[in-house]
Amino acid sequence: MIDPKIREEFPILNQKVNGHPLVYLDSAATAQKPIQVIEAVNEYYRKTNANVHRGVHTLGNWATDAYEGARTKVKKFINARSTEEIVFVRGTTSAINLVAQSYGRSFIGKEDEIVITLMEHHSNLIPWQQVAKFTGATLKYVPLQQDGTMSMEDIKATITEKTKLVAMTQVSNVLGTVNPIKEVAKIAHSVGAKLLVDGAQSIPHMKVDVQDLDCDFLAFSGHKMGAPTGIGVLYGKKELLEQMEPVEFGGEMIDFVDLHESTWKELPWKFEGGTPIIAGAVGLGAAIDFLQSIGMDQIEKHEHELVNYAMDQLKQVDGFTMYGPLVNHSSLITFNLKDVHPHDLATVLDTYGIAVRAGHHCAQPLMKWLNVSATARASFYLYNTKNEIDIWIDGLNKTKEYFGDGFIG
Amino acid sequence: MASLDDLYRRVIMDHYQAPRNMGELADADATIQLKNPTCGDQIQLQMKVEDGKIKDAKFKGEGCSISMSSASMMTEAIKDLPVEKALELADRFSKMLLGEEVDLDDFDDIEALQGVCKFPARIKCATLAWKAMEKGVKESDKVDHHHDHHDHHHDGHHHD
Repeated sequence: MIDPKIREEFPILNQKVNGHPLVYLDSAATAQKPIQVIEAVNEYYRKTNANVHRGVHTLGNWATDAYEGARTKVKKFINARSTEEIVFVRGTTSAINLVAQSYGRSFIGKEDEIVITLMEHHSNLIPWQQVAKFTGATLKYVPLQQDGTMSMEDIKATITEKTKLVAMTQVSNVLGTVNPIKEVAKIAHSVGAKLLVDGAQSIPHMKVDVQDLDCDFLAFSGHKMGAPTGIGVLYGKKELLEQMEPVEFGGEMIDFVDLHESTWKELPWKFEGGTPIIAGAVGLGAAIDFLQSIGMDQIEKHEHELVNYAMDQLKQVDGFTMYGPLVNHSSLITFNLKDVHPHDLATVLDTYGIAVRAGHHCAQPLMKWLNVSATARASFYLYNTKNEIDIWIDGLNKTKEYFGDGFIG
Repeated sequence: MASLDDLYRRVIMDHYQAPRNMGELADADATIQLKNPTCGDQIQLQMKVEDGKIKDAKFKGEGCSISMSSASMMTEAIKDLPVEKALELADRFSKMLLGEEVDLDDFDDIEALQGVCKFPARIKCATLAWKAMEKGVKESDKVDHHHDHHDHHHDGHHHD
């Protein structure tokens, strides 16, 4: 387990909420920020801030170095071949939309198929719905098995010679399922399809190597890994990004501009129209440094231990239903408590300072499949402890008592 | 600090566990389906409106204790009320949830939902049914102009 002293690096965790020490179990929605990230952004604005790629002046050079330095950190973090393959965007949603609007609308046609899965977050579902509507392509879903995983047989059967693009999450934000991306890449490539991976729930929690996975695109958000909101990454193989047209036009992304024609900058800047998210990128670089100082393997191990501990303890809670696989389960637990609506549950836990998510988790088709209107979710990160899981479970028991014993009013 | 007992009053749980006017109307003038997309709560509200009066109202749906009890209380409160009066009640109800001082004399059970204003994340749960009622009144208005139509009028929200 990671030394709980790590919590001292996260100022926000050291406070009381509703009179109780904060137990933050909503990192799958957004992670808390270590002081190193907060300071890096602060320092950037105090000492470095200028616009990038244009200044003759010194600050302009410093800012450019800071921004491009962050790109190099991302490149190393996911083991991309070059920084040309790293495009800074606003987050996972923007990254996927960029591929959908650029690659999707140009390279996918009426006769083609797009394959996604039933466990996709809306951000990896609606962009493809839109591409299908725009191009006339067929959108297909890989079905789920009872335990919330997908079988290789179903994956193979859904991906056909007509498939142009497969878009799949590496880790489900609801079920906690970890998908076999490397194998899926092989299957997709065997029929000439490209694979886009939604890494929003995987990148913060495990080592991801794009060359090893051999995915064609990878999208992720900074804010789920300790960086500020508003910065994310699209990784794309260079030969694909080169073929793609920008979707945002304007300053920063142009080469030569004439009255009726213009040319674009080279990769990756042709996709970064407008003044980029400089401070966000600096924050992302600092978050990567922080995560690497702990080690992604250590983080994965820590969370694995937490989730196993939680699953074990939860067996003793009557009326508790957990969704998703029992093994190889990522660091979140989506659940329901008998006779208590998740919304009510989240409110009761909140009064004990425990933050959990309640709702459909931006995965309405999946909720339908689970046959529930809503669920609650507790998600863990490197700063959570077994003690916090005990507090959460204690909160669940209190919630049951509260709702079971009638109400004082 | 807001306490749980401010939110979950006994009367609220009573409406949640034994909702009044739950079901469907065979001859509704308005059928409204509304969803709270952030939490997944959904409601179907049906109303019978005659001569500017709400003659009957029934609802069914899925949701938390606050949204369902609020729907139950609302259907009780608006029955036999003139449409204008029901809308005025909805307006005062919204104001109460925003913490404004309003006249609660005719609120009966609804008053129990006053505590929701201390839980800002839950205000939308409490107003869902009332929003459906406001929409339904507009629907029935259209029906009134073509009196013989008793078709179910759905609004533009997605249905599950």
